[in-house]
Amino acid sequence: MTALLYVLLAIVICVALWQITSILNLKSAIATERDNNTQGILFAAFGIFFYGLMIFSFWKYSVILLPESASFEGEEYDTLYLITMLLILFVQAVMQFLLFYFAFKYRGIKGRKALFYADSTKLEIIWTVIPTLVLFGIVLYGLTVWNDVMDASDAEDPLIVEVYAKQFQWEARYAGNDNELGLANVRNIKGINTMGVDMTDKNAQDDIPVRELRLPKGRKVIFKFRSQDVLHSAYMPHFRAQMNCVPGMVTQFAFTPKLTTEEMRVNEKTMAKVDGINKIRAEKGEDAYEFDYLLLCNKICGSSHYNMQMKIIVEEEADFNAWLKDQKTMAQVVQ
Amino acid sequence: MSNHHHKETFITKYVFSTDHKMIARQYLVTGIFMGVIGVFMSMLFRLQIAWPDQSFSLIEAFLGRHQDGGVMTPDIYLALVTIHGTIMVFFVLTAGLSGTFSNLLIPLQIGARDMASGFLNMVSYWLFFLSSVIMVISLFVEAGPASAGWTIYPPLSALPQAIPGSGMGMTLWLISMAIFIASSLLGSLNYIVTVLNLRTVGMKMTRLPLTIWAFFVTAIIGVVSFPVLLSAALLLMFDRSFGTSFFLSDIFIQGEVLHYQGGSPVLYEHLFWFLGHPEVYIVLLPALGITSEIISTNSRKPIFGYRAMIGSIIAIAFLSTIVWGHHMFVSGMNPFLGSVFTFTTLLIAIPSAVKAFNYLTTLWKGNLQMNPAMLFSIGLVSTFVSGGLTGLVLGDSALDINVHDTYFVVAHFHLVMGVSAIYGMFAGVYHWFPKLFGRMMNKTLGYWHFWITAVAAYGVFFPMHFIGLAGLPRRYYANTAFPLFDDVADVNIVITLFAILGGAAQLIFLANFFISIYKGKKAEQNPWKSNTLEWTTPVEHIHGNWPGELPTVHRWAYDYSKPGHDEDFVTQTTPLYEGEEPS
Repeated sequence: MTALLYVLLAIVICVALWQITSILNLKSAIATERDNNTQGILFAAFGIFFYGLMIFSFWKYSVILLPESASFEGEEYDTLYLITMLLILFVQAVMQFLLFYFAFKYRGIKGRKALFYADSTKLEIIWTVIPTLVLFGIVLYGLTVWNDVMDASDAEDPLIVEVYAKQFQWEARYAGNDNELGLANVRNIKGINTMGVDMTDKNAQDDIPVRELRLPKGRKVIFKFRSQDVLHSAYMPHFRAQMNCVPGMVTQFAFTPKLTTEEMRVNEKTMAKVDGINKIRAEKGEDAYEFDYLLLCNKICGSSHYNMQMKIIVEEEADFNAWLKDQKTMAQVVQ
Repeated sequence: MSNHHHKETFITKYVFSTDHKMIARQYLVTGIFMGVIGVFMSMLFRLQIAWPDQSFSLIEAFLGRHQDGGVMTPDIYLALVTIHGTIMVFFVLTAGLSGTFSNLLIPLQIGARDMASGFLNMVSYWLFFLSSVIMVISLFVEAGPASAGWTIYPPLSALPQAIPGSGMGMTLWLISMAIFIASSLLGSLNYIVTVLNLRTVGMKMTRLPLTIWAFFVTAIIGVVSFPVLLSAALLLMFDRSFGTSFFLSDIFIQGEVLHYQGGSPVLYEHLFWFLGHPEVYIVLLPALGITSEIISTNSRKPIFGYRAMIGSIIAIAFLSTIVWGHHMFVSGMNPFLGSVFTFTTLLIAIPSAVKAFNYLTTLWKGNLQMNPAMLFSIGLVSTFVSGGLTGLVLGDSALDINVHDTYFVVAHFHLVMGVSAIYGMFAGVYHWFPKLFGRMMNKTLGYWHFWITAVAAYGVFFPMHFIGLAGLPRRYYANTAFPLFDDVADVNIVITLFAILGGAAQLIFLANFFISIYKGKKAEQNPWKSNTLEWTTPVEHIHGNWPGELPTVHRWAYDYSKPGHDEDFVTQTTPLYEGEEPS
């Protein structure tokens, strides 16, 4: 019933709008010279609004952006990103300026004849060739970064970690002393063996299952992703890392942590962001927040998709090794 | 060609009409109806995103059992974003936009009495109508409508255990889309055949208005790519209902192992995006075609670089079929494929840039007539540039890694295909309303409609880039589970306020549209002083479009302000005077 009222209200507003324009006798349809003038000026004003919005957003919202990359591979990403963004902003600023300026400058005047200018091979060549060259530059640079990030084959003594996704939580498994993950399949899931590790596989015995992801600083980590049920996506924004978790197959991503959690907490940009967050939390009477790296799910996966996360802790390699040694292996757990 | 006037009943004239002008109106009104639903859904979920814990009587009134005390459930939130996407992309911007303007303009602008097959055309509309009805019905099933995202990736879309919307709601979604695709194919084949075979005397392909080029090429992309989506939908139906494993493998859900083995969701992603990406251009090219025509007419200038414009339409169409993998950079496919798709994807920027530059040059030294259609066309160029440029980030596999599936993507595609295409559609409606309904739309309401929409659209989508760059994933019911995102809450409120403003502005359009049909000023024959053939037909619709002989075409469509002519427009039916150079 209330729904019907809302619909009626909308219809009443529509009719009222029409009636107002009727009463004010504004029912004309074709732009007059006066309209051209007003609308042209409005385009100029809109141009100002547009640049204002852009500047305001950069000024106001820059603080919420991610801090510098917490992985070495991400540094390349950040540079590529910066260059691309500068290019985009430059082109954007010029193109939008010309657009709004032309709309203002050439607003129609009675009796003036437009310039008959239908083609120019020279211009067409210029603005085909220039974007082509710029794009080739970007593509080449981008592909170099892409290959560096995606190719983990030359890593020396990498740490192998399986990240396992299911509705709506993450689990992880370290490869253990042999640095080789044991086989696994959902058909082996039973009781405490929640990741379906195949316990008949000798590589599986020393694997270490955990509910909290810890990574050593400065050592390449190769992640192997699996999913138990639907598609998930392992998203670690601070490391510029993301890969989908696909049921029925193993996917891979790798990076080398650059900053420990402690180091990131005292990063200038992080501190500014955390200050902002804590100001908001204080107003709402919530506890202060302390920065942590996160693994989030970034592929729609069901009702609680919005709350599927795992904390990541990056620490010095010695601390990490000590922690890992205290964890129980698969063999111990399943027993 | 016969142009006899056979007797018409209400049924043959208004319901099962085979007249392309009536079918165009049917498409438009159905599209607007679906658009109202789609936009309204976005209002509801924007409320949820901005104020996740707050109770709203609007939500209570419309969401029934899917809300609790005015707060929506996570499942219906996902359903709303899913159906919003489906409706806007397919029902509004594919059927509503192409269906309306291809049907209206192809015969009128090429000088044909009707479509090649009026009957197929009618069937096409009614299949679309049927699929719309089924989609709307799916909103009311017990467990809620489809809610796996508009891309309906399996296994989520295949398993009712994974999300309630994947039960009956998803079945209806798939049936509706299968019928929709059949409708789209019938329509597209008709457009292609009509453009190729029924052009009037003198209407060479190189004299076609750019609108027709855009509709023609769009239809070709549709015919090439929609069947692939149909196959994906059919295979998904098999997986869901008949126990096959095309897309599913090794699944353990709710305590049991399912029997599926050997399939792959990545295969589905390939099939989906083989349509999904060309779909962007199916949506966008008609809008660009409409804009080309309107900018030229209202600048009183020929469109700059006519042949380059055709070239870029064809280049975009071709490239659009070999770039789908850029939606899958982090899907787990081979990184080498990612490199290939990065290369092809960034190539698309070249014809797109050419188009943008050509629009600017068309405006340059023009004599701009600021009709509402013109405002929307200029608006389109602006959003097309703003949204297109961020494609350089998303199309670059390396950069895509960290913004994939975040709000940065949402901002990008809403600007470049959502807002741009909708602007194109609005521009088309304002411009060709006289041809559709024999009356004019109100200019003042048109101006208000444009300016509020323009401010709101940038107000919504510009700040949205920032929350994406802050790492906020899309399709989150609430961001409250992450203190990390507490500082995007304010931005989300700003976005929602602008969204409500933009949504409300569409009421101005609805008022203007529906009341103008009955009360608008009577149209004159060629209100915009345009060159194209549709303005040589009588204002009142007649079967066969032209009362006497079909017009003969002597020149291209863009002789505006041509030196040597008194008027600032020269219709395509005007013969060249002695010694005149054809343009």
